Amino acid sequence: MKIAENFQELSERGEGALIVYVMAGDPSMSLTKKIVRALEVGGADMIELGLPFSDPIADGPTIQAASERALKAGMNPDLYFNMIRDIRRNTYIPLICLTYYNLVLHRGIGLFMKDCVENGINGIIIPDLPIEEAKQTISEANKNDVEFIPLIAPTSTEERMKIISSAAQGFIYLVSLLGVTGARAELSVTVKDMIGKVQRSTKREIPIAIGFGLSSPQHVRDAIISGANGAIVGSALVNIIASKKDDEEKMLHDVREFVAQLKEATIIS
Amino acid sequence: MYVNSYPKEGKFERYGGQFVPEVLMSALGELDSAYTKFRNDPGFRRELEVYLRDFAGRPTPLFFAEELSRKLGVKIYLKREDLVHGGAHKLNNTLGQALLAKRMGKKRIIAETGAGQHGLATAIAAVALGMKPEIYMGDEDIKRQMLNVFRMKLLGAKVHPVKSGSKTLKDAINEALRDWVTNVETTYYLLGSVVGPHPYPMIVRDFQRIIGKETKKQILEKEGRLPDALVACVGGGSNAIGMFYDFLDDDISMYGIEAGGEGVETGRHASPLVAGGEGVLHGALSYVLQDKYGQISATHSISAGLDYPGVGPEHSFLKTKKRVKYDCITDDEALDAFKLLTETEGIMPALESAHAVAYACKIAEAEKMGKDQIIVINISGRGDKDVMIVAEKTGMKL
Repeated sequence: MKIAENFQELSERGEGALIVYVMAGDPSMSLTKKIVRALEVGGADMIELGLPFSDPIADGPTIQAASERALKAGMNPDLYFNMIRDIRRNTYIPLICLTYYNLVLHRGIGLFMKDCVENGINGIIIPDLPIEEAKQTISEANKNDVEFIPLIAPTSTEERMKIISSAAQGFIYLVSLLGVTGARAELSVTVKDMIGKVQRSTKREIPIAIGFGLSSPQHVRDAIISGANGAIVGSALVNIIASKKDDEEKMLHDVREFVAQLKEATIIS
Repeated sequence: MYVNSYPKEGKFERYGGQFVPEVLMSALGELDSAYTKFRNDPGFRRELEVYLRDFAGRPTPLFFAEELSRKLGVKIYLKREDLVHGGAHKLNNTLGQALLAKRMGKKRIIAETGAGQHGLATAIAAVALGMKPEIYMGDEDIKRQMLNVFRMKLLGAKVHPVKSGSKTLKDAINEALRDWVTNVETTYYLLGSVVGPHPYPMIVRDFQRIIGKETKKQILEKEGRLPDALVACVGGGSNAIGMFYDFLDDDISMYGIEAGGEGVETGRHASPLVAGGEGVLHGALSYVLQDKYGQISATHSISAGLDYPGVGPEHSFLKTKKRVKYDCITDDEALDAFKLLTETEGIMPALESAHAVAYACKIAEAEKMGKDQIIVINISGRGDKDVMIVAEKTGMKL
């Protein structure tokens, strides 16, 4: 299913989208498949699956550690796409690849996008690829029917917002704060203003999802009430996975429960 | 043809660019416009000139190494960047950028460091200009370079140990970038080499150009002609580009020397230009050391300042243009050259610079250079910081 259609359907039901992030291969490939299952059953509307990179400059300590664990466990792009294919067999919600540019560039941008679409990835997020450098990536993504999801930051100028929102597909990933990924105690108070600015920057109907720092149902609710179409939660889930990695059953249970609470918070009406 | 022609739109043909999180894009734009504004501002230039002369000790001498010349059968000149305050060429850049930061109204300065020379030079420049620096340094490097850590602390710098990844320079840059992403509005990131996103490779090069400018003037005074060859070591590549830049349009040979570690064939080295491929690291497209998937590789060198899997994009460009020849020198060869220069000339080079000395000895022989031909070696830093490593590697007890 297309990401945009998914947002459309949710909005018709009066819900925001719950987008969750986990690192592929953390703590192991077989467990990631079960975790994805738990995320979907728990009520996630879309799943971002991180493909780990050795030098994740946009990530805080939680996801850095997850990257290191996943790489140590042997995760690589070949295994990643194999795993996506397995997951896709019984997962129906959109899957989004989140990775860093060098892995895309090194595989060959065209081949990477082809691997995405053939194995069941719907969208791609590359946090170290600003719009100026993204021309070829966007064109290859388009060719292969992979939606290119760009980021907008609190520091983005109006000029940049215009360019980014006109190129965005799927949704706009609005970074809620200055900083790297990681769970925070409070959601930035300026979120509402930022959403307004992004909406005014384009005439297109493109959904906006808020990410970075969201760690609780309250944050998710705040994001949706502020006018976002979706809320992204990553590090808080990665923390659960890391802290319960020796007790598989408890981990999957806690992940499912937490996601259910987060999903509940997206239903405003 | 090369001088003052690049970067164009932030790139050296295909190399360079800005591969950073969106949060930083406006800060890079702000830096670019501030630099464009101040680089030719007479007040800024005068202030920098005074600091370079009276505080850093410029111009540094160009020394004719008579004994070594006799030994090698070729004229060897040493550009004495080891005599710059702080013990390395790094201060040329940190003074320039710290002055820029001040004019931009940034109160907080952060920097990464490998061997500690850039961290030290940042701390020195910051103190001189009344700012408080914070330095990110890999945990491994902190162990290797305790003395520089202590120096930085004496200067009032806060040293943040970096415990992620390989715990070396590469990870210190990652962490400094993360700090900058978080504190972008108040903080100036003072990058120490010609790496990173545009405009850093250009800014750092411009502040290091003084090395080559002085060398050109000095060699014309002493010899009445340009040298036949220039040799400099390359980690990120700031001392090398500083030495090469004003000679790029002249008809002379240039050699950039990377760290060959235990030998390129062993895989334990830091020679991306010699043995790596194209990739994106720390915000720029350049040569990097990476595995078959594009994961950045661990590196090895006896010299912490060269122990880095990437290199400045302008070097990748000059390699592709075949304007500069890039080669490497092993740990052992560098150690021999360290001893050679110490014993023949009474000059103890940094292990980084010893790579350049070793290569100059090689080409003097291999290129069958005559006794009237001239090689200039950039002695980018002094070796005091390395004596513990030299003692350990050569089995000496202190």
